[in-house]
Amino acid sequence: MVLDERAERIIGILSDSFFPILKAGLYFTVPLTLITFTLGLILAFFTAIARISGIKPLVALAKFYVWIFRGTPLLVQLFILFYGLPSVGITLDPFPAAVLGFTLNKGAYSSEIIRAAILSTPKGQWEAAYSIGMTRAQAMRRIILPQAIRVSVPPLGNSFISLVKDTSLAATITVTEMFQKGQQVAAATYEPLWLYIEVAFIYLMFSTVLSYAQSMLERRFDRSVAK
Amino acid sequence: MIKLENLYKSFGDIDVLKGINLEVEKGKTAVVIGPSGSGKTTLLRCLNLLEIPNQGSITIGEKELQFQSGTKLKPTQMTLFRQQTGMVFQSYNLFPHLTVVENIMEGQVVVLKRSKTDAKKRSLDLLAKVGLSDRAEMYPHQLSGGQQQRVGIARAMAMDPKVLLFDEPTSALDPELVGEVLKVMKDLAEEGMTMVVVTHEMEFARDVADQVIFMDQGVIAEKGTPEEIFTLSTNPRTQQFLNKVAR
Repeated sequence: MVLDERAERIIGILSDSFFPILKAGLYFTVPLTLITFTLGLILAFFTAIARISGIKPLVALAKFYVWIFRGTPLLVQLFILFYGLPSVGITLDPFPAAVLGFTLNKGAYSSEIIRAAILSTPKGQWEAAYSIGMTRAQAMRRIILPQAIRVSVPPLGNSFISLVKDTSLAATITVTEMFQKGQQVAAATYEPLWLYIEVAFIYLMFSTVLSYAQSMLERRFDRSVAK
Repeated sequence: MIKLENLYKSFGDIDVLKGINLEVEKGKTAVVIGPSGSGKTTLLRCLNLLEIPNQGSITIGEKELQFQSGTKLKPTQMTLFRQQTGMVFQSYNLFPHLTVVENIMEGQVVVLKRSKTDAKKRSLDLLAKVGLSDRAEMYPHQLSGGQQQRVGIARAMAMDPKVLLFDEPTSALDPELVGEVLKVMKDLAEEGMTMVVVTHEMEFARDVADQVIFMDQGVIAEKGTPEEIFTLSTNPRTQQFLNKVAR
């Protein structure tokens, strides 16, 4: 009897909070993920190109950037951007601070994926491109990158899915994304176990959809894979 | 058409080419033979600057390049020089993300700035020539080695090079596929293409070459007509090599 009442209460809380939490996901988690992944990829691409350009200052800059952002915790980076910078007069709103933090962090990690993919393209492909008179830039754009992109889809997909989950860290700098929303409801209802399971479930939904999208993309690129 | 003077190339401490002098006339086929490690492939790769010689000079057509240790060629200079030659690789090196016809169009469109229509027409003509018209829309991995290599030849031809370079074009092929590639090469030679061929196919050298070049330990040990090399040679190194190959 008592158990039934408790179960009813929990079910009530979960169903009341499901859509607000999902909404926080759609309003903050998803945009945050998509924006930072896109910006991070662009940053990663240029970092990778700089890294293999052979131009010393560019190589050094790219290495330094990757070193800093791969070698320090994402949480600490977010805190510096959001809580630290105001003391030198730079105040960022929570959402832009999160975008900046995640972009810089993802850019550093993904640049290594892209760099490895470019370097994994056989040397013979460069030589074939040169032999038909292409410049280095033409060879890169037309021959190497299309192949490198195909190689980098699975690892980039992985890092995309881990980004979805990492965005929960934005809660710590007051972005009201899913996890933050879940925390609020948990605090108000004293049902942390069920609430956080619910939040985990919604994250799982998002990443399942994304994994599916990733495998579709991989299949598309698989079409002309060299055996 | 091709003139090499006193060409040297070393990798670190290892001297691979030790003073190569060579001339190939327009429309002629030079076949380079010799034991592995003799510098044949390096010589060929120097001709389209995939390796940069340390010393000497290379002339192809109207363009002459002089090399000294520390010579840095400008990228545009290298591209223009390379455009005079086409290269066929041992491992084909077709572009796996492009179809057969796109492989042949790529350089025409990107480098020669031909329209896609013109490039496609030329590509299909070349595919017909190498006997692969029905494979135009396939991807390289769907073809046999011999077919891939014929596409490789068509891709090189599409750039209208003055000289075609072949780097052991049949060495990676199953024996039954060698003939189809050699036939295409023989046809090209008969049409008056200037060619430099590095190969282990002695029969091809005997049949097709205008000039046979025997390389050993980084130098040209002997050169001459096929008859002079294969039948009349008294050079002990040449004879030793030919005996080994014949066995």
